[in-house]
Amino acid sequence: MPLLKPDPTFYPSPRLAMQAPPEKYAFVAALNPPGSELNDALLVVDVDPASRMYGLRVGEVKMPNFGDELHHFGWNACSSALCAYAPHPHVERRYLVVPGIRSSRIHIIDTKPDPRKPEIVKVLEPKEVFSRANYSRPHTIHCGPEGIYVSALGAPNGDGPGGIFLLDCETFEILGQWEMNRGPQFFQYDFWWHLGFDTLLSSEWGTPNMIENGLQPDLLLGSKYGHQMHVWDLRRRRHLQALDLGKEQQMVLEMRPAHNPTKAYGFVSVVVSVKDLSASIWLWHRGNGAWDLKKVIEIPAEAADPEKLPPMLKDFKAVPPLVTDINLSLDDKLLYVSCWGTGEFLQYDVSDPFNPKKTGSVRIGGIANRTAHPKKPDQPLAGGPQMVEVSRDGKRIYFTNSLYAAWDEQFYPDGVGSWMVKLDAGPNGGMEFDQNFFLESNDYRVHQVRLEGGDSSSDSFCFP
Amino acid sequence: MSELWPWLAVFGLGIFHGINPAMGWLFAVALGLQEQKRAAVFRALPPIVLGHALSIAIIIAAVLVARISLPHRALKIAAAAILFAFGLYRLFRSRHPNWVGMRVGFGDLTLWSFIMASAHGAGLMLVPFFLGSPAARNAHHHDSHALSFANFSAPSLLAASVIVHTLGYLITTALIALVVYEKLGVAILRHAWFNIDLVWMVALMVTGVLILLF
Repeated sequence: MPLLKPDPTFYPSPRLAMQAPPEKYAFVAALNPPGSELNDALLVVDVDPASRMYGLRVGEVKMPNFGDELHHFGWNACSSALCAYAPHPHVERRYLVVPGIRSSRIHIIDTKPDPRKPEIVKVLEPKEVFSRANYSRPHTIHCGPEGIYVSALGAPNGDGPGGIFLLDCETFEILGQWEMNRGPQFFQYDFWWHLGFDTLLSSEWGTPNMIENGLQPDLLLGSKYGHQMHVWDLRRRRHLQALDLGKEQQMVLEMRPAHNPTKAYGFVSVVVSVKDLSASIWLWHRGNGAWDLKKVIEIPAEAADPEKLPPMLKDFKAVPPLVTDINLSLDDKLLYVSCWGTGEFLQYDVSDPFNPKKTGSVRIGGIANRTAHPKKPDQPLAGGPQMVEVSRDGKRIYFTNSLYAAWDEQFYPDGVGSWMVKLDAGPNGGMEFDQNFFLESNDYRVHQVRLEGGDSSSDSFCFP
Repeated sequence: MSELWPWLAVFGLGIFHGINPAMGWLFAVALGLQEQKRAAVFRALPPIVLGHALSIAIIIAAVLVARISLPHRALKIAAAAILFAFGLYRLFRSRHPNWVGMRVGFGDLTLWSFIMASAHGAGLMLVPFFLGSPAARNAHHHDSHALSFANFSAPSLLAASVIVHTLGYLITTALIALVVYEKLGVAILRHAWFNIDLVWMVALMVTGVLILLF
């Protein structure tokens, strides 16, 4: 049933969304580590500091099948419903769209009436995804002007091309492939857009066959993984431009466009350069109608004792930073960067997007360092900062420690563990661990975090 | 006095259409904010108004043509059925509207406004005033139905009613767009964007029933 007034979690602009009340719950994708027999689950974590259960699990919903590998997920509707050209403000933000990246099954999970007791209300089976979208391995979910957009890593047989398909935001029917003309695009990973410029951007990882049995060193050293990003006409669904970061820049992953719809720039992260194992952040920006790229942050590899390194890295005697996720605060001022390899988590002031300034750094986990959390200072941690989410007001940062089941074991062979932490951002930059928030999990490996009511990577806006 | 009522109603429905954020003023505000220029708000108004006017003109013209060929009773039943069915359908199925984007020219905006008005049944809402009654069509005195136009040729009635309706729509759209752009800001959407579509569709259904009763 439609609402009488807009959903209270919809905000016309990112500026207004920053005034949203603090979230009380976080939803966390939780997968079964290989060897386990547990089905995956969506966990509910209490993030209300006033609650007795603060920092603890207060709910979960188990998936009906084994081996989905929950990964990324998103909302059925968000602030883009207020966009003037495609208004539908009386839908509710209440369903989470939760795909299994290995099974290609998509779960629709109702978070109302009690967010602590989410319920599965619909399941799109893999064969439905294959036959109606001709894609597989669904990944990123964004709510946007034509409904729910889902990126998919490949074709049903595990090769390419990957792409984007659409779901109806009310019936959750698969509406089909989004692209009218894909041009040279073949690999798919993340995507997002500049609604004010009718432009969609997408990034490249590799086909399912290139990643599902682990990172393949020969493909990596041969620069066979994705190294481009693509610019699309969002309205006409056509490929416009391919932007090549250079063959050595392997795996172009997370995309964070400026939230302000009048700004035409954004940040994209590269996992590793095969030249020197560094990771980097690139700025895309628009000038004179065409889009361009500039490397704005480079994070070097750190020398390490080969004894502490997994077989794949021993010969290099160094730990690559492996930037696997980034997140941009809603005011477009602070960029957060997860270095899953070195265990460093960085904060940059990107008020001037062309010249980021480092304003904060903390360490936890890491391939060589195994830094502990302040709550348990004697317990070395595996895994590193990975899926990061920032609250709408920009004051709280949450992250988890696993990357992708088949790859976790390659970089953390003795077990990646499973933990979620929270940081508090200082009012003038800087950040520190919340000593009371350290959630470990023995039964599930935690992955993406979504915050109740929306967060810094869930909504897009049509007003500045 | 009874001759004035239908004109006031047609003008009033123009105001009612103008109030709906989905009918144009919000798009004008969005374009102004995107370009950070008040001029962009004004630039958006002519195509938005033109699209709306075209949409309602087509419906009114269709009714006036049907009035010539169809018996009055059949015309009323057909109009009632269309209004009721449209309202019912839209009440339960509001499709995701997406025909344009934010980089729009005159043609895009005209088309957008035309489709928005048509998809909302803006013209249908005006239908009851143009059905006329046999008495009104023949009579030279004022005993005709209180809310039907008398003594007009079809072309002049079409032109006059489109102008009157569009004037109400234009004044409302321009005024709200300007006040929101200059003073209130878009934060007002969060609380003031009532589900006017819901009221709108129920109104269409009720009108459909009333046509049959009177």
